[in-house]
Amino acid sequence: MTGYIFRRILQAIPVFLGTTFLIYFMVFAMPGDPIVALFGDKTPNPAVVAQLRAQYHLDQPFFVQYLIYLGGIFRGDFGLSFSGEPVTSILARTFPVTARLAILALLFETFFGILVGLISGLRKGKLFDASSLAVSLILISLPIFVIAFVGQYVFGVWLGWARTTVGSGAPLQDLVLPALVLASVSFAQIVRLTRASVIETSGLDFVRTAYSKGLSSRRVIPVHILRNSLIPVVTYLATDFGVLLVGATITEGIFNVPGVGNTLYQAIIRGEGPTVVSFVTVMVLIYLVVNILVDLFYGLLDPRIRYVK
Amino acid sequence: MSEPLSTTEAVKPLLEIKNLQVGFQTQNGLVPAVNGIDITLMPGQTLAIVGESGSGKSTTAHAIINLLPGSGRITGGEVLFEGRDLTQLDEKGLEEVRGRLIGFVPQDPMANLNPVWSIGFQVEEAIRANGIATGKEVKQHAIRVLKEAGLADADKRLRQFPHQFSGGMRQRVLIGMGLSSRPKLLIADEPTSALDVTVQRVILDHLAMLTREIGTAVLFITHDLGLAAERAEQLVVMYKGKVVESGPSREILENPMHPYTRRLVAAAPSLASRRIQSSHQNLTERAHTAPRAGDGLDLLEAAEVRAGRRAAASTTGGPAIKVDALTKIYKIRGAKRDARDFKAVDDVSFTVERGTTMALVGESGSGKSTVAKLLLRLEDASSGTVTIDGTDTATLRGRGLLDLRRTMQPVFQDPYGSLDPLRNIGNTIAEPLQVHNVGDRTSRRARVDELLDQVALPSVLATRYPNELSGGQRQRVAIARALALKPEIVILDEAVSALDVLVQAQILKLLADLQAELGLTYLFITHDLAVVRVIADHVCVMQRGKIVESSTVDKVFDNPEQDYTRELLNAIPGANLTLGA
Repeated sequence: MTGYIFRRILQAIPVFLGTTFLIYFMVFAMPGDPIVALFGDKTPNPAVVAQLRAQYHLDQPFFVQYLIYLGGIFRGDFGLSFSGEPVTSILARTFPVTARLAILALLFETFFGILVGLISGLRKGKLFDASSLAVSLILISLPIFVIAFVGQYVFGVWLGWARTTVGSGAPLQDLVLPALVLASVSFAQIVRLTRASVIETSGLDFVRTAYSKGLSSRRVIPVHILRNSLIPVVTYLATDFGVLLVGATITEGIFNVPGVGNTLYQAIIRGEGPTVVSFVTVMVLIYLVVNILVDLFYGLLDPRIRYVK
Repeated sequence: MSEPLSTTEAVKPLLEIKNLQVGFQTQNGLVPAVNGIDITLMPGQTLAIVGESGSGKSTTAHAIINLLPGSGRITGGEVLFEGRDLTQLDEKGLEEVRGRLIGFVPQDPMANLNPVWSIGFQVEEAIRANGIATGKEVKQHAIRVLKEAGLADADKRLRQFPHQFSGGMRQRVLIGMGLSSRPKLLIADEPTSALDVTVQRVILDHLAMLTREIGTAVLFITHDLGLAAERAEQLVVMYKGKVVESGPSREILENPMHPYTRRLVAAAPSLASRRIQSSHQNLTERAHTAPRAGDGLDLLEAAEVRAGRRAAASTTGGPAIKVDALTKIYKIRGAKRDARDFKAVDDVSFTVERGTTMALVGESGSGKSTVAKLLLRLEDASSGTVTIDGTDTATLRGRGLLDLRRTMQPVFQDPYGSLDPLRNIGNTIAEPLQVHNVGDRTSRRARVDELLDQVALPSVLATRYPNELSGGQRQRVAIARALALKPEIVILDEAVSALDVLVQAQILKLLADLQAELGLTYLFITHDLAVVRVIADHVCVMQRGKIVESSTVDKVFDNPEQDYTRELLNAIPGANLTLGA
């Protein structure tokens, strides 16, 4: 098992290097001189420009810049934003908000998605199945900002149950509505995935054998049908958690959530190269770690995979 | 075998099926699968339902405990168990009956255990559900039933998962589960079809012993008439959802009344093999008996015809295949990374004369399929040589290897897995011709028609797809594909093992006819000695990678030298049946 984890971490190294290099390359290969841009309409003093260039290593070749940046990452130095605040402290401020939102959304989609999917699968072709299928189709086909606006209008303006935007400090009760919106699309996917998986498992021989042993449906459904059906669902959920953790730009923007996605979006708009690169680098790292955890978790769910390694 | 119970007036039937009808709901309405059958089973008795796949025998078994798959439902009739109609019970009532009063042993041990739960968990939940034991006793009881079922080290293996058990071991687990609450009736649905013959025999003996001790009645579902007759006092023959014949096993076997039963008796390799055996004559010396089956195919007759042809043909062809000291070693990754060597094939030597059939017999894991892979150069041998038509195959590269493949073609066991479902039959058969650049479009098409004709399939099938064909038709297609390049040698790896008895007999006859017609050399790999008796000239018996006995078929059957061979021979069902030859 430890050998397997070690191998997975080794595999993550080229992925990490490749993605950070690409991001770095794309941001810095953009046309325009960031130093000149800093001065706006004014004509800068050439000596000051040269000094700034040297300070930010902009006089070095591109590849050297990348290596210097990479070295900084390994020392925990992600650089400064244009406002002079260290990127790490921006992350420390925004990441907990996004994490809270992500966990809340994950809980919603897991609980409701699996529940609705299981009932649909067990009652294939019945009214409940047909209507859940229709609802999930609607949720999948609608763009997320439409769902967000409808949510804001219905729950925020009309019913007055929730605030339409998130207040400072992002209290948990303010995050419920954005989390529901964020969960809606994945919820629909999980319903369909669970449903298909439950239908397939229900037809397998060992389910019939379980009934033939004298077990009741109340035991067979959770222990033999649901447990086996969850394997693909958990894979989806775990990958989705990775996606949620790195920030939902649109949802965070609409609800004004001070999270990672929103901050990144603002940084891109303002052309803050170092902030963008550092944020994306951290996101890649989070995504890689979550993916390794998913694979390990998968082995827990399915003993056949556990012993093959 | 237990003594038949005298059916006195005092004994009431344990199970009485009256006019049972089962149908499957499809888009085109209700499709009947069981059309009004009547079966009566006395307490402690063993009754076998025999029939080919699709005859409704498994459906009947599932209908008794109301576990019909998907859209299946009981449309009429009664299933009286101790006087209670099971079809009228609600879900709660059925749970009381299932497991506790009626045990069930399913067909495929590979698919009937939940792969994500340990063996112990699955046995214990059955014991708990039926209220046999509580608390800590549950585990003790689980170990006891597994030990009874023949898992000697059950206490140590309780925490292992199904994939760590062999097929035979899994079937023992399922039998242990089925008998865990000492049911009055055990339904065994083809309990050993997926297992080796010797394992099959051990498990069935064990099952018979257990059920006799507990006094459990057994409803035995099988496609093998020999097996049914040997294991059950009463026989019910089903055909297309109806009972065509029923009564005491021996009577039915000796004097089958219905034409379908007669065809089954004539086509069962186990019975044909026993009949040859009991006549104490070589096939060639036998006076040809008139066909007994009438409309059907008599396997014994087919074997006689084949033996006659073989005797008439000249056998001075020289060796087609010569295998010398062939060895294949696999590295096994064990626990704690100690790589061990495993000799799958250990110093194997044999020669197959041109135009003859050599059978390679052994259980799974004996290395017989590895020999086939080495012969076909799908894998390379660790040491030893394979000489085909005087050429050492190990030296062949590229072009030469392609030529070797042209003279030697394989047919595999699973007719469902060996055909590409997205390729029509004509293209499937023509594929080897394309690969080897033989002929043009029109000549290939002509060859496909010719091949279809040779394997007795209509040429309209060329445009059909595999899923539209039956198992027997598919295997004919696989044979036609193997013959496309006009090979001299055909390697048949369990080529008839997955087929129904009647279809199996047809394919065996087809193979015999093709051999006479085209002068083919067969290497016939099988675990079933009964089939060997009717098709092969020479036999090599393999055990743990080694050839333990090698001789002509007659010698091996009449005077087996090794205990292992004797064991395999005894495992052919129907050993204590006396049959007129």
